[in-house]
Formats: sequence, C-alpha cells, structure tokens
Amino acid sequence: MPSNSPHLLQVRDLSCERDGRDLFAGLSFDLASGCAVQIEGANGAGKTSLLRTLIGSAADFSGEILWNGESYPKALPKLRESLLYIGHRAGVRGGLTPLENLAWYGASRDAAYRALELLDLYGFEDTLCQQLSAGQNRRVALARLFLPEAPPLWILDEPLAALDVAGVSCLQGQMACHLSRGGSIVFTSHQPVGLTPLQSIQLADYAAGDTVAGGVFVGGEDVHA
Amino acid sequence: MSMLDAPTGRRVAPGFGVLFKTELLLALRHRADIANPLLFFVTVLALLPLGVGPEPALLAKMASGMIWVMALLATLLSQESLFRGDFENGSLEQMALSPQPLYFAVLAKSMVHWMVTGLPLALLSPLLGLMLNLPAAGYLCLFFSLLLGSASLSLVGAVGAALTVALSRPGLLLALIVMPLYVPVLIFGTGAVQAAIDGYGYSAQLAVLAAYLAAAAALAPLAAAGAIRISTET
Amino acid sequence: MEVFLAWQWFHRLGSPRWFYQKTGAWLPWLALASAVLLATGAVWGLGFAPEDAKQGNSYRIIYIHVPAAFLALAGYYIMAVGGAIGLIWKMKLSFAVMRAAAPIGAVLTFIALFTGALWGKPTWGTYWVWDARITSMLILLFLYIGVIALGRAFAREQVADKACALLALVGTVNIPIIYKSVDWWFTLHQPATIRLTKASSIDPSMFYPLLTMIAGFYCFYAWTLIAHTRVLLLQREWRTQWVREALVEEK
Repeated sequence: MPSNSPHLLQVRDLSCERDGRDLFAGLSFDLASGCAVQIEGANGAGKTSLLRTLIGSAADFSGEILWNGESYPKALPKLRESLLYIGHRAGVRGGLTPLENLAWYGASRDAAYRALELLDLYGFEDTLCQQLSAGQNRRVALARLFLPEAPPLWILDEPLAALDVAGVSCLQGQMACHLSRGGSIVFTSHQPVGLTPLQSIQLADYAAGDTVAGGVFVGGEDVHA
Repeated sequence: MSMLDAPTGRRVAPGFGVLFKTELLLALRHRADIANPLLFFVTVLALLPLGVGPEPALLAKMASGMIWVMALLATLLSQESLFRGDFENGSLEQMALSPQPLYFAVLAKSMVHWMVTGLPLALLSPLLGLMLNLPAAGYLCLFFSLLLGSASLSLVGAVGAALTVALSRPGLLLALIVMPLYVPVLIFGTGAVQAAIDGYGYSAQLAVLAAYLAAAAALAPLAAAGAIRISTET
Repeated sequence: MEVFLAWQWFHRLGSPRWFYQKTGAWLPWLALASAVLLATGAVWGLGFAPEDAKQGNSYRIIYIHVPAAFLALAGYYIMAVGGAIGLIWKMKLSFAVMRAAAPIGAVLTFIALFTGALWGKPTWGTYWVWDARITSMLILLFLYIGVIALGRAFAREQVADKACALLALVGTVNIPIIYKSVDWWFTLHQPATIRLTKASSIDPSMFYPLLTMIAGFYCFYAWTLIAHTRVLLLQREWRTQWVREALVEEK
C-alpha cells in the first residue's frame, strides 16, 4: 500500500476561518505513509481548527484536501475507516472502566490489557474512569494508539500534554514504531518531538492578513456556507 | 515496542451489540438518573388531586390524559442528558468519526433510553391509574399505549437532544422544539385509552401508534445523526 | 447544454451579491403590487361585498384571517425548502432565506390565530375554541417559535443555520401527521354546538375580494421576505467587498 500511493493526505491552499476571523490561509502540505507532520503555533493560531478540518469536522474551509486522491467531503467515509483521532476531549467515558472504554473502541480484551499495561495503568483496568486522575484518563485515551488494530492515519491534538516524562518517552516510542510500520501522523505539540522523518509546519507563516481575507471573497463567488 | 503488527488499513468499529450493551451498562450504573423521571412522574400526579379536588368522578375523567401528559414531561426531562455526557467527554465526536453509521449509535441510545424511562413509566401506570380512579377498562390499554408511545417519544426526543447538545443550557429550548412533535403520540395514546374506557375497540389507535413508532425508528435516528454532525462541528 | 445553463443560473442565484443586486429593482414593484391589491381587496371586501346571511358583518374578518392562515402554512414549507437547499448544496443565500422566513411566518400564524379568536367571539360566543384548525395553527406557531429560538441559541451562525434547517425539515415531515391527528382528535371531542360552515359554498361576490386579498398577501409576503433576506445578507457578508460597494452606492 505505501509504495504505490505515497501521498495519503494532500492539503492544497487551505484557508480556515472561524467566527468571521481568518486563522490561516494558503496552507499546503503532503503527508506520505511513514511520515509525520507537526503543527506548531501560538495559542489561538488555529492548530485545533486545522486538525478538525482534516478529520472533516469543520465545514468552513476553502481550498482542497485529498485523501487517497479523493477530495473532501466525498472522501470522508473512507477516511473514517483509516483514522484515529484524539482531541482535547479525550473520548473516555467516566462511567466505564478503562477496559470497557477500549472495548467500545473495538479492542479485544487481551489487546486492551496489554495496551493499558504499557501505559502504566496496570491494576486500574477495572476502576471506573471517573475515579481516575486527569493524567490517567488521558492515558486511557492514548491507549488506543497501543492497540494492535491501530488504523494507519493518526491525528493527535496535543498528545504529549498532561503526561509525565516516562509517559512522553513511551508515547514517542510508539509514534516512531507507527511510522516505521508505514503509518502516518499529524499532531500538534508545544514541545519538540524526536521523530524521523518529521515535517514541521509553523502556522504563523500562513497567518491570514486582511488583504488575503478580502481577496478570498472579492469575486462574490463565495456562494457556499 | 514491536509487539504490534503492521497497520491493517481498516479501523475496527464496535457492532450494534457492543454499542447497545455499553449504553445499557452506563444507564444501569447511573441508577439515580433512572429514578428521577419516575419520581417526577409519581410526584406530579400525586399533586393533581390536591389541585383539582379529590372527587372520584372528576379524577376518573382526567386520569388517562394526565398520566399521558406527565409521561410526556418525564420523558422530556430525562432527554436532555441523553447525549450531554458523551458530548462533554468527547465520545460523541468519536461516534461521529467511527466508520460505523451514526444511525446505530443513536438507535442504541434511544432504545436504552426507552428501557430506562418509557418502560418503567408504562409499568408504573396501573398504580397511578389506581390512585387517580381510572376506570377498570382502561388499564390494559393505558399500559400498551404507553409502552408503544413512549418508544416514539424517546426516538423523536433524541432529535431535539442532538440539536441542543452543544448549547450550555438547553432545558426549556429542548421542550419548545420537541413538544409540538409529541402531539400525535399524545392524541392517539389518550384516544386509545378513552376508547377502551368507553367500551370501544382500541386496536386501531394502537396500530397508529405502532406505525408511528416504525416510522420514527427509521427516520428519527437519521435526523438525530445529522444533528450530531452539526453539533460536533467545531 | 441546457442542463448546464440551468445549473449555472441556479448557482448564480445562490450568490448573495447577485441576489442583492437583482432584487433591489424588484422591491418597489412588489411593494406597489401588494399596496394596490391589498387596498382594492380591503375596500371591496369590507365596503362592497354583501353581508353574510348568518354571520352578518363579522364574517368579513376572513379577508385577513384566510390569507394569513394560507401563508402561515406555505411559509413553513418555504422555510423548510430553503433549509433543505442550504443543507444539500451548502448555499449561504438559501440559509438566509430560511432564517428570514421564520419570524415572518410566525407573525402570520399569530395574525391568523388572533383574527380567528376575534371571529370566534360573535360566531361562537367565546374567544377561544379548541377547534381543529385553530389548534393546528397553535401548534404551527410553536413549531415556528422552536425554529426561531433554536437559531438564536447558537453563537455561530453557520451552526445555527444547519440546526434550524434540520429542525424545519423534521417539522415538515411531522406537520401532515400533526394536522391529521388533530383532525381526528377534534372529530372525537367535537361538541354539538360548534359546527363550522366549512362545506357551504362561498358566493362569488364574497370570493373575488378574498382572492384579491390572497394575491395581495402573497405579494406582501414576497416583499417582506426579500427585504428581510437582504438585511440578513448585509449583516452576514459585511466584511466582503461587494457589501462595501453596495453600501457606498446606496449612500
């Protein structure tokens, strides 16, 4: 799969706005299998908006995004089959135990046990998540990355936040392992991450000025909501 | 670290059975949330004679209608939290991103919601009928009409709950948008009980309720799925 | 080729700028047509149409009640179609039409209810009767209010647009069911004293002024809807070049 379709995700001239404010414009990059892209920028620069656009959960963007050569939003059903997204909201339900949470994501019991053990949650498998700390809940969410059936495209919003030193190195190891197996990752992080090959995108380089904002709409052709 | 196989290329999605079991498990772990609508139902109906007087004939006339209206309100009150917790912890978004159609997730949630509100309400209704002096001929019909009707209420209410889940205080707004949609269920539910009390056949009304339920089961989760996609959009 | 041209036209119609520029010229004509039609219909209906044999002069309120009730229901469908087009083709313009149609429809529904209540006093001896049509109108008003309230609750217009469109569509599917069930409910509970003379045929001398009023209401509706949509478009697109140009021109 990786060799004949080198670019899984292609972003062409992407501009995002939110609440009438232009976040960034003219962003283009390609993501090949076995590669990672780190999105950097100040708070409010649009990192999360970019990730949410990439997963198809934000409608107001202009430009083109292609998944396996097919453009959004047509490609979204196929994208969802290959996507693992972890956002600010972890997707962990407090009323379930870590094991049950992972089972809800389709993990087998053995795989879930192993993943939780790797993330230092051994002994907490059957505790309700609402009784765990914030950091432990974060690790329950990240345990999805350690399941054997992990999908090829990972989109991670601040995966290293709220982790201790051991957790960070464990997760970096897993991300490197994912790349070495031909997977690909788009993630945001404030801290440097040791991954190769890693492409870094500074959102500040694509900050939208007023002129660009005017230019987008000048023709009055912006028919779509 | 290399315990893992190569990425399979397809994400494993939980089937309907897993979704349903998980929802049921969550509902059963929050027993207080199940009890509240039922307590509301009983309390308000106990207040009714205090408001209109204890005259048995008057209560008998109002019983079926009041029980139905209160069942409507009790369902509505419990509906607000249907998607709220999952929205706040991000799992609603994960459902929207799952390759599994959102339809099944909503259907599982609505079914569980009915099992923990509509079903107990229907089971409780004979007791309340007794308290409100409901004529004997109406009991069986009240039970079955509530059983069928409340399932439709859970499904239709899910659309409203999904539309308002991103709002911080949806309570009254949810009632405002869902109540008009409840009208046909209320009319045919009480109509069936009235027909039974008057000694007529009521299978036609129950058939209409069943038909409404079938249509709601097919369409309401679709609309709610669309509403979830709108609500989870940035 | 024709399909392509039609599509292009449809697409252009969806451009807020194009809509704003074109409809500016229509507005005075629509205003004139509705003023002439409404004035003619009102004078004709109130002054010259004969008295009703049973109801005397009180029936004349139908010249407002009936057109308002007509458009209240039609307005809901216009709103829902606007929402559907917006959801399917993601057109900003049709969302604006939908949002503009909601309060207009709610006001028309209220007018229909209010005039119906006024009419009820001399006819039935009471302002409010749980008649099938009045009850349906009341529920329609609630449906409108639901859409308006939902639209106001969201901070972001794009989300509000889609949520309102979905709710309007759900309402559209339910309206026939609600109307039928209310009809059925009314026949079940209908008291013997209240009978609407629905079947009795209306005399042409009363009917033509009514037709004129209905046509006048349609023109007036179109005028209000377009004017309201234009204002919404200006509010939503104020950052764009064409709005600035349009506003400078109008100064």
